[in-house]
Amino acid sequence: MSASVLHRPGDSPVHRLPPQVKVVAAFGAVLAVVATPREAFWAFGLHLLVLAAVWALAGVPVGWLARRALIEVPFVLLALVLPFTGGGPRTEVLGVSVSVDGALAGWNILVKGTLGVLTSLTLAATTHPRDIVVGLQRLHAPRLLTTIAGLMLRYAEVIAAEARRMRTARICRGHDPRFLWQAGATARGIGVLFLRSYERGERVHLAMLARGWTGALPAPQGARVGVRRWLAGVSPALLVAVVAGVGLWTA
Amino acid sequence: MTTVAMHASDGLLDAPTSVLFGAVAVAGLAVAVAGSRRDLDDRTAPLAGLVAAFVFAVQMINFPVLPGVSGHLLGGALAAILVGPWVGALCVSVVLVLQALLFADGGLTALGANITNMALLGTAAGFGVAMLLRRLATRSRAGLVGVAFAAALVNTVVAACGFVLEYAIGGQGAVSLGGFAAALVGVHVLIGIGEGVITALTVGAVAGARPDLVYLLRRRAPLREVTS
Repeated sequence: MSASVLHRPGDSPVHRLPPQVKVVAAFGAVLAVVATPREAFWAFGLHLLVLAAVWALAGVPVGWLARRALIEVPFVLLALVLPFTGGGPRTEVLGVSVSVDGALAGWNILVKGTLGVLTSLTLAATTHPRDIVVGLQRLHAPRLLTTIAGLMLRYAEVIAAEARRMRTARICRGHDPRFLWQAGATARGIGVLFLRSYERGERVHLAMLARGWTGALPAPQGARVGVRRWLAGVSPALLVAVVAGVGLWTA
Repeated sequence: MTTVAMHASDGLLDAPTSVLFGAVAVAGLAVAVAGSRRDLDDRTAPLAGLVAAFVFAVQMINFPVLPGVSGHLLGGALAAILVGPWVGALCVSVVLVLQALLFADGGLTALGANITNMALLGTAAGFGVAMLLRRLATRSRAGLVGVAFAAALVNTVVAACGFVLEYAIGGQGAVSLGGFAAALVGVHVLIGIGEGVITALTVGAVAGARPDLVYLLRRRAPLREVTS
């Protein structure tokens, strides 16, 4: 898992949108999806249409998104169990007795979870990880948090590669990683990994001091984003919110 | 082998509950930011960044819980014992935020709940247990390993209980709360035992090589000494 595996570089209007706008739009859209009443089936279709329009604009293939949405599978399993375990009035579907309430609850988790994952994937696909951190910074997240996040992104791949090399080295020396017997070796590996990470952190700190570190990274100056750019950027989220509002009103 | 995604997705909690726990997470993070400054001063960012990268890498290591089910480390108790509760909570939070934004792992609206459970509640409970048993931990290596096991087990179970609480407030499933709680906590006791074993052995390995780096074993004014 590389630190930027989900990013698809591109030059579409969606890619060029300032990251802080995209982060706000993603959070707003998912919140509106979650607020949509579960009985408003048509609303979820419209939500998906809005997302599909964004994909078309960004040039992200649907198949690419669908494959990566599989991360959600454990929750889908939960959603599939609910119709059979739920209480309340029951109905017959294809000769099998299912709970109405349970089926609605399962549908609710399935559709909202899927739309949520697809929204996150759209954000991740069109925004470079570094830019997401810049976006959070421009949204006035605490400087300490964004600095930690930036450094984490920069070093995650280094540390993960170190972990892989240590595993390869263990296997080369006759280690047989299976079930519980790997716990001891894995844990010692994690211990060494922590020491190397921490000591690397100390070296990085000294290197930063030598380059004039004052306790905060300089924030990249972005051009101010105008009201129209903001409105254009969050317009999909606004659409989703309007659909959710109508759903709530008619429910 | 299927992997259990341990981060809650969108749609499990209703919108008001999601917003409520978003606010709880923001407040908790503000406290953790203030606390970690006391612990680390200007070294906070580089060290915490590397520790966060470490937590991120560790979460990629899966271990078997039941045949066919594997969990991965949450790393909350591990981070709290090694670098202290404030920096630990910050690192786990940053990992969760980036996992949600970059890897679609855990829903955006569930982010507040996930941070509250895993980074704040879990880390605080794990570290609380470790502090209560600190006498034992400083006495011998075996004591330290035992304390680390207990802290990680409590960390995992408390994180699961946090989600049960959120589910009780604004859950969207049609299962009874009792059944849901029993299933979730039951699975997380098993995950917690795995987490406990790995955490205990890891802390033991670090204490063997650099006991000065284990936060729990330090006396006063941690991390003030000049490092070369």
